[in-house]
Amino acid sequence: MNSHDNALVQAINRRSFLGGAAGVGSAALASLLDADFARGADIPRPALPAPKTDRWPGVVNPLHFAPKAKRLIYLYMAGGPSHLETLDHKPKLAQMSGQPMPGSFTAGMPIAQLQGQKLNCFAPQHAFKKYGKSGQEICEIFPEIGSVADELCIIRSMVTEAINHDPAHTYMNTGTTISGRPAMGSWINYGLGSENQDLPGFVVLASFGKFGQAQPISARQWHSGFLPSRFQGVQFQSKGDPVLYVREPKGIDRERQHDVVSAVQRLNALETAETNDPEILTRISAYETAFRMQASVPELMDISNEPKHILEMYGTQGGDGSFASNCLLARRLAERGVRFIQLYHKDWDHHGNLKNDIAGTAKEVDRGAAALLKDLKQRDMLKDTLVIWGGEFGRTPMAQGNGRDHHMKGFSIWMAGGGIKPGISYGATDELGYASVENVVHVNDLHATILNRFGIDHKRLTYKFQGRDFRLTDIAGNPVKAIMA
Amino acid sequence: MHRTGIAALVLLFALPAHAQVPASKPATPIQFDRDIRPILSENCYACHGPDANKRKAKLRLDIRDGSVLKNSVIVPGKPDESSLVERITSDDPEEIMPPPKSEKKLTPTQVDLLKRWVAAGAEYKGHWAYERPVKHDAPGSPGPNAIDAFIRAKLAEVGMKPSAEADRVTLIRRLSFDLTGLPATPAEVDAFVNDKSPNAYEKVVDRLIASPHFGERMAMAWLDWVRYADTAGYHSDNEREVWLFRDYVINSFNTNKPFDVFTTEQIAGDLLPNPTREQKIASGYNRMLLTTEEGGAQAKEYTAKYAADRVRNASTVWLGATLGCAECHDHKFDPYTTKDFYRFAAFFADVDEIAVGRQSPTKLPTTEQQAKMDAIDKQLAALKTTLDTQTPALSDAQTVWEKSVGAPTERWAVVVPKAVKSQGGTPFKIGKDSVVSAEGKAAETDTYTVELATDQKKITAIRLEVFPDASLPANGPGRASNGNFVLNQFQLLRGGKPVALTNATATYSQPGYDVAGAIDTKGASGWATMGQAGKQNEAVFELKEDLLVNDGKPLDLSVKMVMRYGSGHVIGKFRLAVTDATRPVKAGEVGGIPGNVRESLATPAPKRSPAQAQTIAAYYRTIAPALEPTRKALAATQKERDDLAAGSPTMLVTKSLDNPRMVRVLPRGNWLDESGTPLTPAIPGFLGAEIQGRRANRLDLAKWLTSVDNPLVARVFVNRVWKIAFGQGLVTSLEDFGAQGALPTHPELLDYLAVSFREGGWNVKALVKQLVMSETYRQSSVPSESLKDVDPANQWVARQGRFRLDAEFVRDDMLVVSGLLIPKVGGPSAKPYQPAGYWAHLNFPKREYVNDRGEGLYRRGMYTFWQRTFPHPSLLTFDAPTREECTAQRNRSNTPLQALVLLNDPIYVEGARAFAEKVLRDGGKDFEPRLDFAFRWAVSRTPRTAEKQIIAELFQKHRDYFKTHAKEADEFLHVGDKVVPADLDRAELAAWTSVARAILNLHETITRN
Repeated sequence: MNSHDNALVQAINRRSFLGGAAGVGSAALASLLDADFARGADIPRPALPAPKTDRWPGVVNPLHFAPKAKRLIYLYMAGGPSHLETLDHKPKLAQMSGQPMPGSFTAGMPIAQLQGQKLNCFAPQHAFKKYGKSGQEICEIFPEIGSVADELCIIRSMVTEAINHDPAHTYMNTGTTISGRPAMGSWINYGLGSENQDLPGFVVLASFGKFGQAQPISARQWHSGFLPSRFQGVQFQSKGDPVLYVREPKGIDRERQHDVVSAVQRLNALETAETNDPEILTRISAYETAFRMQASVPELMDISNEPKHILEMYGTQGGDGSFASNCLLARRLAERGVRFIQLYHKDWDHHGNLKNDIAGTAKEVDRGAAALLKDLKQRDMLKDTLVIWGGEFGRTPMAQGNGRDHHMKGFSIWMAGGGIKPGISYGATDELGYASVENVVHVNDLHATILNRFGIDHKRLTYKFQGRDFRLTDIAGNPVKAIMA
Repeated sequence: MHRTGIAALVLLFALPAHAQVPASKPATPIQFDRDIRPILSENCYACHGPDANKRKAKLRLDIRDGSVLKNSVIVPGKPDESSLVERITSDDPEEIMPPPKSEKKLTPTQVDLLKRWVAAGAEYKGHWAYERPVKHDAPGSPGPNAIDAFIRAKLAEVGMKPSAEADRVTLIRRLSFDLTGLPATPAEVDAFVNDKSPNAYEKVVDRLIASPHFGERMAMAWLDWVRYADTAGYHSDNEREVWLFRDYVINSFNTNKPFDVFTTEQIAGDLLPNPTREQKIASGYNRMLLTTEEGGAQAKEYTAKYAADRVRNASTVWLGATLGCAECHDHKFDPYTTKDFYRFAAFFADVDEIAVGRQSPTKLPTTEQQAKMDAIDKQLAALKTTLDTQTPALSDAQTVWEKSVGAPTERWAVVVPKAVKSQGGTPFKIGKDSVVSAEGKAAETDTYTVELATDQKKITAIRLEVFPDASLPANGPGRASNGNFVLNQFQLLRGGKPVALTNATATYSQPGYDVAGAIDTKGASGWATMGQAGKQNEAVFELKEDLLVNDGKPLDLSVKMVMRYGSGHVIGKFRLAVTDATRPVKAGEVGGIPGNVRESLATPAPKRSPAQAQTIAAYYRTIAPALEPTRKALAATQKERDDLAAGSPTMLVTKSLDNPRMVRVLPRGNWLDESGTPLTPAIPGFLGAEIQGRRANRLDLAKWLTSVDNPLVARVFVNRVWKIAFGQGLVTSLEDFGAQGALPTHPELLDYLAVSFREGGWNVKALVKQLVMSETYRQSSVPSESLKDVDPANQWVARQGRFRLDAEFVRDDMLVVSGLLIPKVGGPSAKPYQPAGYWAHLNFPKREYVNDRGEGLYRRGMYTFWQRTFPHPSLLTFDAPTREECTAQRNRSNTPLQALVLLNDPIYVEGARAFAEKVLRDGGKDFEPRLDFAFRWAVSRTPRTAEKQIIAELFQKHRDYFKTHAKEADEFLHVGDKVVPADLDRAELAAWTSVARAILNLHETITRN
């Protein structure tokens, strides 16, 4: 700009109508934006309207019952962990190993890759042990999780309704295999709102392993479906910007970014007066949050202030996108009031080489998951943080070579923390681990239970779409009272 | 409908459709449609409605049949004697209706309405949307546009007044966005503002409707409805080439194809007599659904999923019906039965497709490509005739050849491997027969290197045999769980240097995995044998040139086999052999001669049957030296044709099966249950009669949809076009015209438009013009204070709508303003910038997103490659749908993540820089005119003083900063591919880029008002 321009800027400043937008209230927003930077300029500015607080209060307000959980960390074991090598001990299956699977179990049942093949029993590939005072039976490949057995509620009677990965994930996350329905994290945020304004209320992290097929996973699994988009899960990337587009453009530091955002806010504020459009206030609020996110996300991801013993407990130096690193981030997210945190670990699809591979995958998650529970406990957060460990389905008691095929009639998960009885087991499969037979827990029941722990009656959290009141639990589901603390 | 504004949501929750009508005065007569059905539907139909299986106490309240009048449920005129009234007013929790466990409760107003309705005689009326629309006269004196008459009559009725006409700047901006999805340029704004002619407005309308971007704009909406995308959707979500369909939709709107024709071509284009290329492309509608390639998926299950998917889509797109709800049970609120659902599905049971696996595309060359191919085909035919014609000279030569062939010998020399190495650490066992077996754990991906020992003096071809083995998964020959492998690259090396291979043949190649892929340069292609798991197969590769031992030293040979598909798709057992046989050398041949020819040759000439003689002669002509020039000419011509074919686009078109798949009711949607009676195609029973005497087909369905008997299609479509012009529909539930949907705010207007549309020949451009020419359309969108209170949702249209641009248009707007837009219409999808790693969770195969360079970076948003499982994040953030299901109406959210996109997505930063450059070059020399210029591009007006002041402050500060921070300025200006101009001052350009960013982030910039 030449000196002529400089004079012009001043001329414009002098000409400005000081009172033009005055009286619209002082600038809570301006102060927010300016808080980061001491501003020396004495240039008069148009005042900004008070920002609209755009915090979503949740539609379940008041809650249907007293809540036991405030947030959920879902350790989602993608690929379908074999219950027979993790949480469901079946000695009888060992005895029958190599013998044909009795037809009474399998007749007329859907089957995935074993279609048309001989169905033989396949012994559990790893031994089980009783852990803790509660004496819960857990496979030896989980020594660390075993060490927190007294915190766990193991459910051994899960069933789902889809046998292939993609629809089974969709079923586990949304309660249906049809695309376009909201994920449970979206439902919970829709129902309750988030406690943190500077971070999304539904955060997804994902890690890869080295021992199973890395099955694809779709963004549909954290999509808000027909709910408003603000409830969409935000995936934190392990490489590049943790949240897409959260970093300022190259060459632009935080102050320069602030200048631009500040100008946008002021200009938008002026426009409010012209158009009477309430959406502008929402936009102003969104830019405010976005600008704060640009600081809060890097702060969240920066684990340099985590003490050494904590890093050792989790078994990570952080920043490597590993499951352990994500567990640590999950705790940090939980501390910051993020409502629903979902950690995918995509290494559980063991069609072959089960003995070796499941031990490998177990090792990838064992320490981090156990550390997360211990860490939450020592911070007194486990009492209101629900933690769930489980996949989209289980695996067949029948051999597929030296592995196991997909299986939906019986599998296991564990829950811990927020309002769940610790140190218990619930439900059972038959003697060969094929079908859940005792206290069967359907995915709809699991969802109903989760919502219940948040203080929500699953039948009353609905959204009208295409003329129908949709629920996370579709038209079924009963909270599992027996496991509630 | 789904605004984020809390107020709007609360409104939606609090008020059922009928309650949006201002509280009825006592004198207002009760209308069943408006006042009663919504109450009954919401609270009673679930147990006393159309679903016979769930019906309680044998009572149905959706129609006034015997059950209502029996047992005094309703005694018309006598509420006190009607048990319905008694039950809804009861205090007894055992008696009260609806029962407490249903979570439903009637309000006192609703109870009162029901009582009054019974008192007035409990008249029933059919649901409005299922009655044929009737064209009412517009109220009042006939004006130029009936829309205004209807709207104003209603406004008068509710005691409101229309808003004044918007100013011309707003009008042209609004029109441009609505009709083309692009902003008006300053020149266009000026031309309109200064046009004194009485039809100035109409001229703008006509210009925009005639623009090729009109078709793009309309197509964008249509593509949401029919769920157009570039990938399959489920699991591996691989690419499918279907952009010809997008072009078809754009062209159809641009050429103003009548909507009935448009409908018929999509649903049944392939069934029309001698379908054109365009009609075949249109029939791709039936292939737009999600499909799977997931291993272990069951064909029957997916066939059922696909059937349901098509019912959901077609019924939502054309009927505004939630017929999909009747998959497992009769519809709870509308008279659709489960049988209706499956009979509707049966219309599509003839669509040829693969239940599990890659769908087979059809080559659809362009007209020019086709003409060239036709010419080549003639040449080919002539050459083939020469090759197929036996001449005496050939017969003589053949006799000589026959003698030279002699007894059959195996001319393959098995090669003894000296060593076999694996990049993945796999150990190998080399058998006595030189068969190599991989042992231990299979690596995800692997590269085998085999060092060869051979004393062969000349090599013309090399053979790879793969063997099954009981120790391999599914008996091999691959080590993947299904016994498969993918050989991506097969290389023969001499002294470490590749020897050129050609003419790959195999005894069997899996579709899509031709053996030619093993020696091409593409990384993902390769040879696989799925379909013949557990069987032996072989591949043969000719050497381009003979490999000769000329210095007496043995050849230092090795073979490299690259297998990068993943999940253990590597070869488990194999053997290599070489030959010096004369070319062609093909897989499955003995001694270079095909087995059947060998057999025929074994019979002495005089004793051969005519067929045998024919076999030999035909074979000989393929190797006869005399025909070599002809064969070469044929090969060259064939290659020319193949190249043309390879370069022509493909499409998933609909092909009709002669024997349609069996369709039956699947009890509760259970595909394992095959007890249901087989069904034939039919339209929903309550909407019309079925075709007698023959099986109905998709053409019949299309005919019914566009017939005068169909009460829904025209209404549904005009309502969606209304939404484009006003921001919301006359029926706000665009996707549901059933009992649970919203009622039309202006039923007579909706019917008037629907009937006019149909009677006028389904003329889409005329419909659009009719809407935007109305005074109602031209109103200001600024609500007066009173309007804000009286009608915040603007249901009476006393003003225009005001809303954020759709995702694609947010991008397009920036591209126009910055001057970056490549306005090309149609063509394959484009890949703009996308954050690295965003596709990390795709697999089978793994994919790396590689953005386009040049043009493809600056195409309109609608051309963005639509990856269903991971749609482009910037579009997704602005509510673009995944296109997995029909999206009749997008969310319109307003979120922090949107701010991050506009602030930081590289295309917006590059756009700001390009905009800044444009300002500096074309915006005059001084600050103020430049800023005027910028504002006129971005928001079609000049800045106000207060705005100038804010911008000036930003500009001054940043210019000073960048003057002393050259490195930062340089980094900032290098975001994006566009070349940084050398002739402009960097600090100046950077500071203006900051200004441009601020302007491009304004709410006003991305708002249509």
